[in-house]
Amino acid sequence: MKTNRVIEHFVAPVEETPLLATDSLKTDQAPLSLWADAWRKLRRRPLFIISAVMIALIIIVALFPGLFTQVAPNDNCQLANSDGAPAAGHPLGFTFQGCDVYSRIIHGTQASLMVGVFSVIFVLIIGVTLGALAGFYGGWIDSVIARLGDIFFALPLILGALVVSQLPFMRENRGVWTVVMVLVVLGWPQMARITRGAVIEVRNADFVTAARSLGVSRIGSLIRHVLPNALAPIIVLATMELGVFIVAEATLSFIGIGLPGSIMSWGNDIAAAKSSVRTNPAILLYPAMALSVTVLSFIMLGDALRDALDPKSRQR
Amino acid sequence: MTTADVRISEADLADKPLLEIRDLAISFKTGSGEVQAVRNAHLTIMPGETVAIVGESGSGKSTTALAAIGLLPANGRVSGGQILLDGEDISHAPEKRMIELRGNTIGMVPQDPMSNLNPVWKIGYQVKETLRANGRPSGPADVAKVLAQAGLPDAERRAKQYPHEFSGGMRQRALIAIGLSCQPRLLIADEPTSALDVTVQRQILDHLETMTAELGTAVLLITHDLGLAAERADKVVVMYRGQVVEAGPSLELLQNPQHPYTQRLVASAPSLASRRIQVAKELGVESDELLAPGTTPRGAVVVEPTMTEDVLQIQNLKKVFKLRSGFGKSTDFTAVDDVSFSVKRGTTTAIVGESGSGKSTVAQMVLNLLQPTSGKIVFDGVDTSTLNNKEIFAFRRRVQPIFQDPYGSLDPMYNIFRTIEEPLRTHKIGDKASREKKVRELLDQVALPQSTMQRYPNELSGGQRQRVAIARALALDPEVIICDEAVSALDVLVQAQVLNLLAELQSRLGLTYLFITHDLAVVRQIADHVCVMEKGKLVETGSTDEVFDAPQRDYTKALLNAIPGARLMLPPEVA
Repeated sequence: MKTNRVIEHFVAPVEETPLLATDSLKTDQAPLSLWADAWRKLRRRPLFIISAVMIALIIIVALFPGLFTQVAPNDNCQLANSDGAPAAGHPLGFTFQGCDVYSRIIHGTQASLMVGVFSVIFVLIIGVTLGALAGFYGGWIDSVIARLGDIFFALPLILGALVVSQLPFMRENRGVWTVVMVLVVLGWPQMARITRGAVIEVRNADFVTAARSLGVSRIGSLIRHVLPNALAPIIVLATMELGVFIVAEATLSFIGIGLPGSIMSWGNDIAAAKSSVRTNPAILLYPAMALSVTVLSFIMLGDALRDALDPKSRQR
Repeated sequence: MTTADVRISEADLADKPLLEIRDLAISFKTGSGEVQAVRNAHLTIMPGETVAIVGESGSGKSTTALAAIGLLPANGRVSGGQILLDGEDISHAPEKRMIELRGNTIGMVPQDPMSNLNPVWKIGYQVKETLRANGRPSGPADVAKVLAQAGLPDAERRAKQYPHEFSGGMRQRALIAIGLSCQPRLLIADEPTSALDVTVQRQILDHLETMTAELGTAVLLITHDLGLAAERADKVVVMYRGQVVEAGPSLELLQNPQHPYTQRLVASAPSLASRRIQVAKELGVESDELLAPGTTPRGAVVVEPTMTEDVLQIQNLKKVFKLRSGFGKSTDFTAVDDVSFSVKRGTTTAIVGESGSGKSTVAQMVLNLLQPTSGKIVFDGVDTSTLNNKEIFAFRRRVQPIFQDPYGSLDPMYNIFRTIEEPLRTHKIGDKASREKKVRELLDQVALPQSTMQRYPNELSGGQRQRVAIARALALDPEVIICDEAVSALDVLVQAQVLNLLAELQSRLGLTYLFITHDLAVVRQIADHVCVMEKGKLVETGSTDEVFDAPQRDYTKALLNAIPGARLMLPPEVA
């Protein structure tokens, strides 16, 4: 095929593509860490802004219910008002027991949120520790922790909660903390699994080997290099689980093994409203709405965080 | 810039170009607006001609080729110019027309053989799919014929196998078979062999050459390796920052590069430049002058290494891995088998081998990250396997690694300051202020601006990250540095820059390097001694000159022959 074709030697004028110094560093932009980058992306996303505002509002309601209602939730319950329609000062009407619905929802926020937040904190402590150890060390530690997790994982939430909450100790001390305990016992394996996977992914990265060969101890490299890099999926799951735990509390309270009736919570209100669901469904609707909006906010936040922390989408 | 860059002589006027790219501009939509990836690209391919596009990553070479086959990513578009195939402009051709053309007019061999075959279908089915899509006979015999033509032995049986049963080289052959199965008139080969070992690379390219010559297929070869391009193509097109900067007959381009970028590239390409440096060394010329400009001025003090003392002695090293094979059983796999060599202080010893030769396992054992099954590693007179935890900690200060993947070896959560400071903090050296001073010094040493301290790895290029990794390795003033494929992932110019930096640091600090690599061309540039490994065994050792000039073993000879561009005539001023 080598013919007598003449191939012309073409050279582009140098001015058109001036030569840059080999591998020069761009110095005109501000430094960008993973978190700074995530924040830059997040603050432009409506999904994040809406959910963050909602969550901030919910937290304020939980901390300072007095700011939002002057009506005490339980003091002025008069049976005369039972299932009453909205009246002046009582915008959402009255429950079957004649208590103010709006006030009960506002005051119920605290218990629901507390259950969610504390469950997530303890799930994080237990799940991340066990998951990280299992993923990082592997071998028999991994097997033991994985099987242990499977045992709890196999218990359906309601069934498991029924069993656990019937333990004598739990039955006698029913309250926020027993609900938290039930949820943590049944909820940690999920967190441990995610952590384990994330840790395994990072464990063999060159920078971990590099740290080890610098003299960093094994456990030191786990804490300083592996875990921070495995954090993104953990944070996303934690945010989403917060919503899930709030729903779970409501479920448990609804079937009567969650918070005792003396503690105001959305779950209890929904349970109490079931008797008047035909006559006055609004009573059921309002706490249920509060619940869904809260859960939706947390799940939306988790979704936005997942997108922002996705390493594949990182770029300049 | 309006005329095509290749003109046809009088005798061939009837000979029309097969593919002609004129003033091509391609842009991509990104988060920060429209980005021009390719501008003013010109390219002509005559029937049966092999044309290579050479350029560094991001130069637009693959983008140009993808545009020719109409496979630009969804956010990319041809924003100007023409792509003429047999005189028909296909730059904005409808998808239906492109489907007609793909396969039987334009074929493609993709880059990565590991991910470009569908793992759930048999090889034969994947060939058949192509044949059928282009309306060709697709019986088992036809499939076997296509595979056999691509050089797969025992093709009928092979067609019934799945991709995971194939080695990398065989997969690439299968992909070539698919690319050529419908006898296209143009084959686009996008870095067809860069993921393969050199000897396999040579076989595949040889075969591709014979096959396309038989079929009269024109080839558009995309590569980062100027030596390979010059060896395989009639014509080389050099792209830089989205533009064609120079194009011409391959040998002439090498011997007489006109554009400053091409000149730089020719000077740095390891396969071409290696002998220059050897010559230069003998003449006592500083290698900087021959390599890429833009590195640091060299230090005034040059430490004369004492070339006599063995700083590392590896004796009868052996490593056996247990592989799980089914229920409760395990088979032994000997990764490193009876390897002995020694490394003199202040010199560079290269361990060369193809993938699976056990060279990285040796490095891991020398770093004391893996325990040898038997044998000894003696560092500075002490057997490293006898060290207790405290002594290992001290040992780590003296032996430091630099890893292959510049994207994986820096913790993405740490900024550059913390990355380089970490070894100092771990070994509790100095206070905060003195550590910061040291980090600044180290950045100077690796020719990075001090402002890099606040940046994060994802903001740096591969070469810059590798320089940060070097700075981190130097932080503890080590005596030995183990470079595990430290420059393999870098573009040639950057690679030259990093090799240059390593050489300079060695002469200034008296460092000893153990250089693990598969790239013999790089070895010639940097090493004093070479150990060649094959399947866990050491097959040849000697000084670099001995091994390169008079290789004793066939394996070494095969490796040397496989260096792309090695057979080329060198530019007259060098030879």
